[in-house]
Amino acid sequence: MSATVFPGGAGIPSDSGALADAIGARRELVRQSARRSLGRRRLVGRIAIGLCVVAVAISLAPLVALVAYTTSRGVKALSWSFLTHIPTPPGIPGGGISSAIVGSLIIIGLAVVMAVPIGTMCALFLVERRGRLAGALRFAADVLTGVPSIALGIFAYAVLVGPGSLIGHFSGLAGSFALAVLMLPIVVRASEAAMRTVPRDLWEAGLALGVRRSRVVRSVVLRGALPGLVTGNLLAVARAVGETAPLLFTVLGSTLLATNPLQPMGALSLTIYSNGTQPYPAAQEIAWGTAFVLLVLVLALSVVARVVSARLNRQAR
Amino acid sequence: MTIEITSNVETSPGGSPGQSTPGASPSPTAAVSLRGVNVSFGKHRVVRDVNLDLVRNRVTALVGPSGCGKTTILRAINRLHDDSGGKVTGQVLVGDLDVYARDTQAELVRSRVGMVFQRPNPFPTMSIFDNVVAGLRLNGVRSKTVLREAAESALHHAALWDLVKDRLHSPAVRLSGGQQQRLCIARALAVEPEVLLMDEPCSALDPIATAKIEELITHLATDVTIGLVTHNMFQATRVSDYTAFFLLGDDRATGELVEYGDTKTIFESPHDPRTRAYVSGEVG
Repeated sequence: MSATVFPGGAGIPSDSGALADAIGARRELVRQSARRSLGRRRLVGRIAIGLCVVAVAISLAPLVALVAYTTSRGVKALSWSFLTHIPTPPGIPGGGISSAIVGSLIIIGLAVVMAVPIGTMCALFLVERRGRLAGALRFAADVLTGVPSIALGIFAYAVLVGPGSLIGHFSGLAGSFALAVLMLPIVVRASEAAMRTVPRDLWEAGLALGVRRSRVVRSVVLRGALPGLVTGNLLAVARAVGETAPLLFTVLGSTLLATNPLQPMGALSLTIYSNGTQPYPAAQEIAWGTAFVLLVLVLALSVVARVVSARLNRQAR
Repeated sequence: MTIEITSNVETSPGGSPGQSTPGASPSPTAAVSLRGVNVSFGKHRVVRDVNLDLVRNRVTALVGPSGCGKTTILRAINRLHDDSGGKVTGQVLVGDLDVYARDTQAELVRSRVGMVFQRPNPFPTMSIFDNVVAGLRLNGVRSKTVLREAAESALHHAALWDLVKDRLHSPAVRLSGGQQQRLCIARALAVEPEVLLMDEPCSALDPIATAKIEELITHLATDVTIGLVTHNMFQATRVSDYTAFFLLGDDRATGELVEYGDTKTIFESPHDPRTRAYVSGEVG
């Protein structure tokens, strides 16, 4: 099948001999150029990869150092009674951080209850609507991400804790509120990103079956985005569980094993703060031990987030 | 479609290898030759023991059902599996260049073997001109004159020049799908490859754009050796000189080359009953 007929090809030079020569010359030129520049290109490539490795090492170093140091200092303080007993008064040896562990879990739990449903629904709104309101909401969420957590603390103090406010005294609930505000933008943006990974085709496939919009959202969108939602929410929790500033203004801290969220409570980050700032070795050791527990908690949350989302991903397939 | 099996000795008008069995001997007219090529991903062998020549300045169509390794084989020719995790064994020759030899560099193979993909993929941040000369620039060609000449020549070859000559510096993504695909062909041609691999280049295009590309393919084959993966039997008969038919082997997991020969033979009097069943539309 020879291929000289080419009706549509206006402007093709007809002198095929000269054309072949031109092509041959250019082919040779490109070959030479490619061969000549290859060494340099490979070198540049190697250097770039080397720089990336260095950058990774630099960014890993503080993490590794922090985990290693906290572990080496914190493990010494750790014991079963450290986890199960309430703190002893200053000067008396022993004592544990059970009140802080329980307090942290309750405060975070309530914060999740507040932030996750609202955040998820906000995200759904952002995915569904393209209007000006959605744009404003997205912008607000981004701004809120950047608000310093201590500002959130003082805001929660003004609304819930201070004189004449809704509760009027320090409480775990006020801390949950502050942390929920802190988590909200993270949940919104992570959930939005997760829901956007559900292809538009699937929405339309659902709608085209005559299914109600709400049902499509539940069965297709939320189901499809579930791994991403779980990951996003757990990362928000991991972020909030270590926050101290918002709690200083709201929870106050307590050495008693308090389970009533309307009363002041202990929290891990507060224990670190109050013990770490004291000059006594015993208090310092408690602070390191608590820091280690907090680190393990956050690590466990991250691992759970990964495992759960990996498992959900596998099921989805 | 006749069922009669004829000897195909006289059915290779191009005077080129007319063997319609795998294991064709190397031929001086082959621009690309594959000898005992296997491609595996992890433990899964996707395609095995392919012996195939792409005859110089002819179009060879690779046909067969989905998942039988056509695209995999095509991508083995310019070492695209280096980055996709596929492992290639056997020998691939492009001209006298041993593609998988230890001291052969993938970049140099690819500057001799161009590729056009299923979906048009012009670089979205580049203008039409920048797209066409991207391969030249990345291979170190700096001369403005050479770039301009190469761009014009490549766009002529891709039958796009008259359409875009007045807006060479507008974004490539403003072109229609068919035009984008021709731009991608021009981009591949600008480095003057000896071989052009096309992986279902028309599957994302409408019939009119498809007709243009097909026209282009037959025209291009005067200077370039073309390997064309297609699902469209009619396309294969329209544009190709030779056809290689692939099918999953008996294990239902590994693709293999069933029959190779000139297109007329493969479609009118194939030797292998599996080929006959496929090209006559009984299966697939």
